[in-house]
Amino acid sequence: MRVFERPKMLKDKVFHYCPGCTHGIVHRLVAEIIEEMEIRERTVGVCPVGCAVLAYDYLDIDMQEASHGRAPAVATGIKRVLPDRVVFTYQGDGDLAAIGMTETVHTAARGEPLTVIFINNAIYGMTNGQMAPTTLLGQRTQTTPYGRNAAKEGYPIKVCEMLATLDGPSYIARVSVGSYKSILNARKVLREAFRRQIEENAYALVEVLSTCPTNWSMKPRDAMDWIENEMQETFPVGIFKE
Amino acid sequence: MAEVIIDRERCKGCLLCASFCPKQLFTLSDKFNSSGYYPVEIKEMKKCSGCAVCATVCPDVAITAVDR
Amino acid sequence: MKKKQVLMKGNEAMAEGAIMAGCRYFFGYPITPQNEVPAHMAVSMPRAGGVFIQAESELAAINMVYGAAGAGARVMTSSSSPGISLKQEGISYLVGAELPCVIANIMRGGPGLGGIQPSQSDYYQAVKGGGHGDYRLIVLAPNSVQEMADLTMLAFDLADIYRNPVMILGDGNLGQMMEPVSFCKFRKRKLPPKDWATTGTAGRSRNIVKSLYLIPEQLEAHNRKLYRKFQTMKRCEVRFEEDIPEGCELLLTAFGTTARICRDVVDKLRQRGHKAGLFRPITLFPFPEERIKEVSSWVKAVMTVEMNMGQMVDDVRLAVEGRCPVHFYGRTGGVVPSVEEIVHEAGKILRGIKK
Repeated sequence: MRVFERPKMLKDKVFHYCPGCTHGIVHRLVAEIIEEMEIRERTVGVCPVGCAVLAYDYLDIDMQEASHGRAPAVATGIKRVLPDRVVFTYQGDGDLAAIGMTETVHTAARGEPLTVIFINNAIYGMTNGQMAPTTLLGQRTQTTPYGRNAAKEGYPIKVCEMLATLDGPSYIARVSVGSYKSILNARKVLREAFRRQIEENAYALVEVLSTCPTNWSMKPRDAMDWIENEMQETFPVGIFKE
Repeated sequence: MAEVIIDRERCKGCLLCASFCPKQLFTLSDKFNSSGYYPVEIKEMKKCSGCAVCATVCPDVAITAVDR
Repeated sequence: MKKKQVLMKGNEAMAEGAIMAGCRYFFGYPITPQNEVPAHMAVSMPRAGGVFIQAESELAAINMVYGAAGAGARVMTSSSSPGISLKQEGISYLVGAELPCVIANIMRGGPGLGGIQPSQSDYYQAVKGGGHGDYRLIVLAPNSVQEMADLTMLAFDLADIYRNPVMILGDGNLGQMMEPVSFCKFRKRKLPPKDWATTGTAGRSRNIVKSLYLIPEQLEAHNRKLYRKFQTMKRCEVRFEEDIPEGCELLLTAFGTTARICRDVVDKLRQRGHKAGLFRPITLFPFPEERIKEVSSWVKAVMTVEMNMGQMVDDVRLAVEGRCPVHFYGRTGGVVPSVEEIVHEAGKILRGIKK
């Protein structure tokens, strides 16, 4: 009995992501969910500026590339023109919580019926390891060479907690993909986020604690453990609004 | 019999499967693929239970199918 | 006495030059291919007693620059093409409010997200003003790691002298390549104090930093005042480098990385017996139009080479005023032209001339 199969919606191309990068896991979960819900032909995705800028090479759906941080605005444009399509954004921590913070907050406040997937790996991956809004205190990055210091670089931003104070969103959740159990839970939560858009015409955001082994200078398994342990001390997994 | 199908060309040797496999069945092959990575392989497939933990954690979906 | 030389990337030399010139505030954001600038500033600014902030976006960074400049500091930001587009509103405000600062653009392929390899396709944006309103920036175009350092140091002085932003227009090639560079002891120019800065009114009447003039006649007067500054820049700040032989048959004009390539092209053409010359603007604004006008009266033809679809060539043509033909050769998208292909193009033009 076949218990696992690579989703057909994932194109043939080998992922360009680093060994151990959990973008691949999340791409697979999104593909499984879209296939299961049979929405592939009416789904439009918006990809970010970040490592996942090339997401359109892997997911066999219509996609638009947004400028850095503006995916929620681009997605709003698409959804208003095509309200019966399923529109999602897939964004990193710089894209969503730094340059795009205004678009993130206002799209959520408008309750725009979108599914926002937020890949939080506490660092800027593609540009080679600078601080992200979600970089942990004490964490060394290319622009916090002495370790993130609250007095100089401020505190990490908790996006889920913040957006949950708004009335616009219907579902705000944080998950991890750092272990087998976590990945199974992430799948359930992501599926619910899509369901909210399709069945309730509502806004949902899922923050996914993810790895960046290269810029964290960690082996893949160590990076997975880091999100299960260290990251969750600052970013607890849970449902913040439902 | 349970079987795990590994696409050698997709595997980057990150060893997440190896570290999560409850039966520790994965080892690195000594032949590299066309990208220069050493992919994983399972030498004793008959010990596999088909739990698919490996496929779930693989970031490259290099484990393309699991049969139980 | 031999000057001490250090092997550095252009981006790093520019950052180090800024600190040597007394810049103590840097606000930036990651974007390839200038990431070495914030990385260097993150380490070196605190050591120099200055401030480094990785802002939430390029837009935030230019507004931090505005605030710091208005408070009287030597301040810098850097970015690449799409990030410079984000800064345009802020740059317009900086000029309107007469604030000094240095803005570095390490150009990459465009338009849009484009690519991460070098280009020169932001010439129009830099020189003609990518932001709204009537304004100009002094634009300096380095073509070596040494110039990345030296022109950055000069930029801070020019910015303070004119109370205007100055742009360093580099490209990904200059930013990433490594060459030996020496940092001369920076000669501090005697500049008037910044008594216009908003530092608190103790002991003086108040200062307002703004660009709003609701009464049209006042705004026009302000624009004329700004334009008098730009006219002074045109008279006093033109910089270029030239190597033009007598009876020059073909004058290559280029800036930045392309000028380095054209240096080799000119040498090769001369080896083949052609009278080729090179004219390299160092200030893109103010553009060396007077000198180009002069030489165009006796050179037989001009060939402008750029890493874009033809931008500086417009200004060359305007200066040449039809006195001789102006040809253009360009590669873009991140493609850097080779010496051979430019020699080939030049050859075609030269054969046409000699017919």
